[in-house]
Amino acid sequence: MKRRLLALLGFATGVLAGSVVLRRRFGKRRDRVEVYFDDGAMVSYADGAPEASPLLDAARDALDAVR
Amino acid sequence: MDAAQALADLTEISSQIEAAVLFDAGGAVEGSTLADEAKAQRLADAAAHLLERADSVRSEDVAVTQVEASLADGCVFVVRDGDRRIAATTVANPTVGLVFYDLKSCLRDSVPEKPKRRRTTTKKTDDDEA
Repeated sequence: MKRRLLALLGFATGVLAGSVVLRRRFGKRRDRVEVYFDDGAMVSYADGAPEASPLLDAARDALDAVR
Repeated sequence: MDAAQALADLTEISSQIEAAVLFDAGGAVEGSTLADEAKAQRLADAAAHLLERADSVRSEDVAVTQVEASLADGCVFVVRDGDRRIAATTVANPTVGLVFYDLKSCLRDSVPEKPKRRRTTTKKTDDDEA
């Protein structure tokens, strides 16, 4: 009984670890932009948000400028 | 410390920063780690646009102090302190807090030193004492 429980726990841990590795390796990171204000506030926009597009375009221009 | 020295120190201490440019509110480049002046100006222009667009994110009269854009093949950072700005590009997934800290230090260190005011003393004459 104890051995079966340990085997089940090991299997569950393996599945969890595998999913984390797969997500890290193949998961697509979304472009994002974070804006900080002088009142201490911060807003973050991920690619796809309407506010993100003009900001990310300018950031891509900056990267293109040096590469 | 002048802009060139501050930028040289920046690239020496931060291996994550690929290129950096110091520029003013009008977009004029004060110094850059890039040998190509045209590239430095393009980076400054793009960073100025990024800051300008970030300023319009909030309708209230609150100034943007810094921006970080994280893209698949690298990141772009812009920091503003009054009329002076610094922009930098880095490798992907940099240590964000460290990059901001280094950029702020560079911006602070690159402020042109004001000439020291000479102390003037007026000699007392016999007439003043009388």
